[in-house]
Amino acid sequence: MLDVILMLLVLFNLFSLGSTRISASIRVVAYQGAAIGVVPLFLPGKIPGGILVTIVLVTLLVKAGILPWFLRYAQKRVNVRREEKPFVGASASILSGVAALGTAFFISSRLPIPFAVASPFIVPVALSVSLTGFFIIISRAEALSQVIGYLILENGIYLFGIALLLEQPLLVELGMLLDVFVGIFVMGITVFHISREFEHTDTSRLSGLADWLPEVKRSE
Amino acid sequence: MNNLYPLFNVIIALAAAPLMFGVINRIKAFFAGRKGPPLLQLYFDIWKLLRKGAVYSRTTGIFFRLAPSAGLIAVLTALLFIPCGAYPAVLFFPGDMVLVVYLLGAQRFCMLLAALDTGSSFEGMGAGRDAHFSVFSEAVLFLCLAAMSAASGSVSLNGMLFTAGGRIWQVSPPVLVVVVFVLYIVLLAENYRVPFDDPNTHLELTMIHEVMALDHGGPDLAMLEYAAALKFWILASLPAGLLFPHGMKPDFFGNAALFLGLIALTAALTGALESCAARLRLVKVPQMLTAAAALSVVALIFLAK
Amino acid sequence: MAILLFLVPFAAGLAAFVIKSDRLRRRLLFSVACAHAVFSLYLCLFPSGGEDYRWLWFGLDALGRYFTAVFSLLFLCASFYAVIYLKEEKSRPREKKEEGLLFNNAPEAAFTGCLLVFLASMSLLALSRHFGLIWIAMEATTLVSAPLIYFHRQRSSLEATWKYLLICSVGIALALFGNLFLAVSASGQGPGTEISIDRLLGPGVRLDPLWLKAGFIFVLVGYGTKMGLAPMHTWLPDAHSEAPSVASALLSGALLNCAFLAILRFYQLCLANGLGPFCRELFLIFGILSMAVAAVFIIGQSDYKRLLAYSSVEHMGILCFAVAVGTAYGSMLQAANHSFLKGALFICAGNILAGFRSKKIADVRGIAHIMPWAGVLWFAGILAICGMPPFGAFLSEWIILKAAFSSGNLWLPAVYLFLLGVIFIGMTGTGIRMTFGVPSIPEGKKSFLSLLPALLLLLLSLFLGIYMPAALDGAVSGAAALLGGQG
Repeated sequence: MLDVILMLLVLFNLFSLGSTRISASIRVVAYQGAAIGVVPLFLPGKIPGGILVTIVLVTLLVKAGILPWFLRYAQKRVNVRREEKPFVGASASILSGVAALGTAFFISSRLPIPFAVASPFIVPVALSVSLTGFFIIISRAEALSQVIGYLILENGIYLFGIALLLEQPLLVELGMLLDVFVGIFVMGITVFHISREFEHTDTSRLSGLADWLPEVKRSE
Repeated sequence: MNNLYPLFNVIIALAAAPLMFGVINRIKAFFAGRKGPPLLQLYFDIWKLLRKGAVYSRTTGIFFRLAPSAGLIAVLTALLFIPCGAYPAVLFFPGDMVLVVYLLGAQRFCMLLAALDTGSSFEGMGAGRDAHFSVFSEAVLFLCLAAMSAASGSVSLNGMLFTAGGRIWQVSPPVLVVVVFVLYIVLLAENYRVPFDDPNTHLELTMIHEVMALDHGGPDLAMLEYAAALKFWILASLPAGLLFPHGMKPDFFGNAALFLGLIALTAALTGALESCAARLRLVKVPQMLTAAAALSVVALIFLAK
Repeated sequence: MAILLFLVPFAAGLAAFVIKSDRLRRRLLFSVACAHAVFSLYLCLFPSGGEDYRWLWFGLDALGRYFTAVFSLLFLCASFYAVIYLKEEKSRPREKKEEGLLFNNAPEAAFTGCLLVFLASMSLLALSRHFGLIWIAMEATTLVSAPLIYFHRQRSSLEATWKYLLICSVGIALALFGNLFLAVSASGQGPGTEISIDRLLGPGVRLDPLWLKAGFIFVLVGYGTKMGLAPMHTWLPDAHSEAPSVASALLSGALLNCAFLAILRFYQLCLANGLGPFCRELFLIFGILSMAVAAVFIIGQSDYKRLLAYSSVEHMGILCFAVAVGTAYGSMLQAANHSFLKGALFICAGNILAGFRSKKIADVRGIAHIMPWAGVLWFAGILAICGMPPFGAFLSEWIILKAAFSSGNLWLPAVYLFLLGVIFIGMTGTGIRMTFGVPSIPEGKKSFLSLLPALLLLLLSLFLGIYMPAALDGAVSGAAALLGGQG
């Protein structure tokens, strides 16, 4: 069952890379968050049931509920439907996603886990989710897409943490979740400001400050 | 007697292949609320065409006349390598999966040659489009076969689908589900079904495969149609072989019935998809196939680990 | 007890958001800064024997005390300047000279509150003994400093804030990977080993070297983004030039140091597990790369605040270089000198901006004639930060040079001196052009009070360069000892 979830996560990755529509991306991120949220239920471990359920519920609430809701709200306020000019097209993005998966497998083969894990695919999939998020950040010009990419990056890291290190003090896990939560909110607020100030949220047009562009170039 | 069973399976395949297109059309009619053509329609069409004469244009050459027969021979040869459920294939050797793909490609090549031989720009356009899509779909097919071979440990189709049997699913079930899904997409692409091409279109601008069948008549057309039906059967045997319930250990007739049922199910699914989905824009087809390729690479990475 | 260093500013920050009266808020800011500075200086110079660790995951060791004292002093001077600056900003709307647009400022309550919470989160970072807590504090500093950059509500600030938020958050996410890798490497001690420094430095603790190395790389790249190491420094020039000078001073002088502290905590673990040479190699690469990138962009720089920002990149490179050649003492001293000098320079820059109304170097000429104090302090500051004796930067850079020579490989001091030289040429050339010559505006601001903090910081750095009292030496050596450094 864990393998099914991991496979689904990879499929969600590819989907988020291949789709340029923001609302589709937000939905996929929500599903991804939900899938990651239920992972602890399938891990062999000695966590008391009550704490486990709390973790699962809180993660689901934040990653699959609140954050996607906020992103959708931001999208409506900023009124952006799709990514107009990504730096890397859809097909090339998908292929890069596959390359990221391959890289993730390669890296994880060089880093053997010193203790027993529930599935040999956890580390590669977690790394590939993070690499996908990172790729989305650098290949998209739309500010909301970059925020979505950041959320996917954090999803990957969270998966790594929750799958391997569930016994870590809970306080820190939840603290990390809180930080991501606040981070996304602050970014969302900045996106509002960008849209209000510039009437667009295309970060490739935010290039008034740069040292290697000729002084003449001034955005808007 | 046991040694003859594979041959009997081939004969059953030869006999039952045109039935599948009948199933597709019947399902489409059901979705549309019509009664639809009879299930055996393609048999009647082939019989009618065989009795007709053919007219050849003066601009065509030798390729145009030879292509349909050459294509049919290629597909028939490919059929010999496909195992049927719980029985092995007639011929098999390590690496025959490459041969099968190339035989199917040879059939497509014959059709392209015939289309170009007519000297008409319309056929040329259709041939170009077909070749364009085949670049992607053949690559995806190879990747799927590679994934299946990684899972089963064998490079022969017979080894993958017959010898490995149900054990191929023990490697990693979710990954194999993805492989089956991608094989299905390849089936749709190679057989010119929706969402890659609409077989019912009568608008010349939107034809891809129909373009190439346009100029043939009589026995040539009969051979083309029959070869198309066989190609559908061959490509449908791949997912059917993966999904076949080897644990049931059926006898000969049961085996044939089960296999036939699985392929009919594939045909029904194709018909349903054709009724419910729209055709993709031409520029989106490579993207869809790239996505399918990506999925199969993912499956390959998971299985090769 | 040390936890007060975090709690008091945090509570004050929350209070600042709701206090309506400007005067009360500014007094709160300044008084909290004073109390914080006095307390942390006291803790640093006169460490009470019983180091109170293990109260949950908080505690101050020598390294933490030293860094806290440094940024606390900087914050004190910065808050003094902030009070004056906010009073001035209140009086009129600003006009950006290049764009000719009017813009508003953010509400002052938000700015003051963020300043105080910023101090609190930096204190939290220095106090943390748990890597997860360090991470949380780091993320908190990023989130809380973003509104500080976006004080002047205009397009360029927004662009800078966005870059800052995104790049730093991604960097910190990578550092989180590093934390998780550390946890995996510590799992050999039993499942659920908590990744706190005291636990992991305990006797007989063996960490898996492969995972520790991978973790260090991620942490170096991740927190290095926050620290401003090349090639992850791209947010730095924009953020530091667009933020108001108070914020720039704090970002440059305090935040970069805290990021360095976070990396150093990890470095402590690596030292204890025999990965010292590996880590020092990485420090060397990033250090020299940062210095080189800074040198390239300082020559021909057109904006004097960006000039200061690239100088920060250079000094962060020097800090890494110092650890790489084996002198943690020099690195610590340089960190303090850089903080004070950069703070002074940014405060001067703020005054110059207020007087000349332009950020371009080409528009600023002859400061010494119309704003004499500003001119003197600006020029002295630029010379000081380039390593001119008798200021403190000379002493620390000299110590680093000595260690580079004694490392045996003669390329190291050669590259170091060359890059320092290039930067010296770039900066002093600019400084001379700006300070002397025919003034480009008829009359400038003559206020001395807003320059007083800069003067204090310069004097501090001068003091560090001339006289090293035993208590101070003890504090620096104590910090350096934790990093395996020799004098």
